[in-house]
Amino acid sequence: MAAMTMAQALNAALRDALREDERALVFGEDVGPLGGVFRITDGLTKEFGEDRCFDTPLAEAGIVGLAVGMAMGGFRPVVEMQFDAFAYPAFEQIASHVAKLRNRTRGRLSLPMVIRIPYAGGIGGVEHHCDSSEAYYAHTPGLKVVTPATPDDAYWLLRDAIADPDPVIFMEPKRLYWSKGETTLGDRRAAGFGQAAVLREGRDATLIAYGPSIPVALQAAEAAAQDGIALEVVDLRTIVPFDDATVVSSVRKTGRCVVIQEAQGFAGVGAEIAARVQERCFHSLAAPVLRVSGFDIPYPPPMLEHSHLPDVDRVLDAVDRLQFGDEPDVFHLAGEAS
Amino acid sequence: MSVRTSRQTVDGLLPSPVPVRFVAEDGTAVQPPAGYPVPADERLLEAYRRMVLGRRFDRQATALTKQGRLAVYPSSRGQEACQIAGVLALREDDWVFPTYRESVALVSRGIDPVEVLTLLRGGWHCGYDPVATRVAPQCTPLATQTIHAVGMAEALRRKGQDGVVMAFIGDGGTSEGDFHEALNYAAVLHAPVVFFVQNNKYAISVPLAKQSAAPALAYKGIGYGIRSEQVDGNDLVAVLSVLTAAVEHARTGGGPFLVEAHTYRMDAHTNADDATRYRETGEVERWESADPLARLETYLRERGLLDPEAVASAHQAAEEFAARVRDEMNADPEMDPFELFDHVFAEPTPQLREQRALLASELTAQED
Ligand SMILES: Cc1ncc(C[n+]2csc(CCOP(=O)(O)OP(=O)(O)O)c2C)c(N)n1
Ligand SMILES: [Mg+2]
Repeated sequence: MAAMTMAQALNAALRDALREDERALVFGEDVGPLGGVFRITDGLTKEFGEDRCFDTPLAEAGIVGLAVGMAMGGFRPVVEMQFDAFAYPAFEQIASHVAKLRNRTRGRLSLPMVIRIPYAGGIGGVEHHCDSSEAYYAHTPGLKVVTPATPDDAYWLLRDAIADPDPVIFMEPKRLYWSKGETTLGDRRAAGFGQAAVLREGRDATLIAYGPSIPVALQAAEAAAQDGIALEVVDLRTIVPFDDATVVSSVRKTGRCVVIQEAQGFAGVGAEIAARVQERCFHSLAAPVLRVSGFDIPYPPPMLEHSHLPDVDRVLDAVDRLQFGDEPDVFHLAGEAS
Repeated sequence: MSVRTSRQTVDGLLPSPVPVRFVAEDGTAVQPPAGYPVPADERLLEAYRRMVLGRRFDRQATALTKQGRLAVYPSSRGQEACQIAGVLALREDDWVFPTYRESVALVSRGIDPVEVLTLLRGGWHCGYDPVATRVAPQCTPLATQTIHAVGMAEALRRKGQDGVVMAFIGDGGTSEGDFHEALNYAAVLHAPVVFFVQNNKYAISVPLAKQSAAPALAYKGIGYGIRSEQVDGNDLVAVLSVLTAAVEHARTGGGPFLVEAHTYRMDAHTNADDATRYRETGEVERWESADPLARLETYLRERGLLDPEAVASAHQAAEEFAARVRDEMNADPEMDPFELFDHVFAEPTPQLREQRALLASELTAQED
């Protein structure tokens, strides 16, 4: 066990993958000698040489398309998109090729490749540096979408992503890059893809969250505990594949559920989760499944991002509205009255 | 990726100011520019046989659309010199990254015609095995395949293999960003890839003049540091000679190469298109006189390489091939709806398993 930051854990995962699998390659913008703008690839070019970790010309479709061709040719590329919003030029490559090649070729060609995307806000970034773009990828059949919330998960989920036979969109919550935690590098504890983690047990309501929202959920649970409310916290870890089983068993137990996502709410991952819970747990539910999310606005300027981001209070307000006293949800009724 | 310090001079990259040509429209030989040898007689005869077969196959495929056996077919009639030379210039261990237009090229590559037509019949998105044939699935999102070709070329180079990758693209596709990213990446990586632009003068309805103001599409390579050439795309001898040189250039470590072939799409964009809405029939008729197959036939006859028996036997083989294609395409393929779930991931997710079960119950209900 060693305490390290998520950034260090990701760096260790890349390093170990490059060491153990000669087919693995790292490339992208500024990932070489600089080590990436977030230093996730720090030291890799030095240790493994320019052939294994290299800077590409600026062109995101080019980066992803090159990875497609190299994966077809037997390599395992791990590419970095510099920021969430700068992955959009690559979207055609991702949606039309990365996601579909196995299916188009009836499994004769597969794409064992990873697209790492630092995403979401909370770091005071100016526009185009803080988008929560996970729903675009999760909505695209053929992509696995992974987002760790702890350094240990960051290490193991990235190792799993690189070893996976299918393409993985690896979404790194950039505000958690510098968060510290215990890691089990040599002695795996972490679960694999498609397995959510119950980070905290509770009987009164379930908070379902992922990536950047996990610390918020845990803090909310801690605060609620002071008031005698025991909240269970489920960390999805992988959005695709989705772990219905863990989510369902938690909500069936608690009977109440709040879904938390930092992204804008409309048509987001949280909506999917709420629908799935409602479809599977209807008779166990004592209250509507509520969503806590960012607002349906373009990501705000840094001085206003605190108004946008779901925080502990917004989560606790939602918990309050879970009809513990059997009152209707005034928040939603108020909207209709006006 | 190693950083290359030497820069090439423009002179070494520039295409010929006029398209390279070996054979005039009337089939007479003209003096080609230096540096491009006339391909060997046997290769030219092989190309002739393949062109005859390719044209017959193309006509058969168009007929199959009328019989409802193909959902859609983009014909390459008039582009046979490019289709055939494009694959004849390659070795078996080289890779091809084709577009939807390349059915004739893929048949010429030796892929089973029914497998080639599987996409257009609607049976699956790609009917052949890309690994066994070293042909990527036919690509529809314009220009996106060109960057994959660079990646494959880079993969081959890293594995120490001397394979070359041929990326097919149309004139319209050269306006797409991915084409430019691919050229730049290929040049920076010094990848063994040949970009082969079939300039058939139209992108569906949009004529070349509205597509590009470049002096020729071949000049698009220069800015990226890529050696480029333009060729008369209806002159098989020229296309084969230039592509062979381009492939050799890439294979021997010269880096990428861009070839623009000036040709013409004789039919509509696909059977579903009405070309009379955007071009004069007079224009199409003028191109009939530049027909690549008639031109090669005249040239080979005048050189004494082709006699009437050889012509007849090429046509005989083409008829037999077309008959086989027709018969095989007239049989209904076996379709398995559950295959829809089989290849999304290596292992289906629990959700896909549930959806498969749902479809199974729907199908059972339909049977009852
Ligand atoms: C990205 C993208 N945009 C639009 C289309 C629709 N489309 C299909 S073919 C075509 C014209 C392409 O022309 P060109 O590159 O000259 O090739 P040709 O069809 O003439 O062989 C268009 C616009 C597409 N397939 N992909
Ligand atoms: Mg065209």
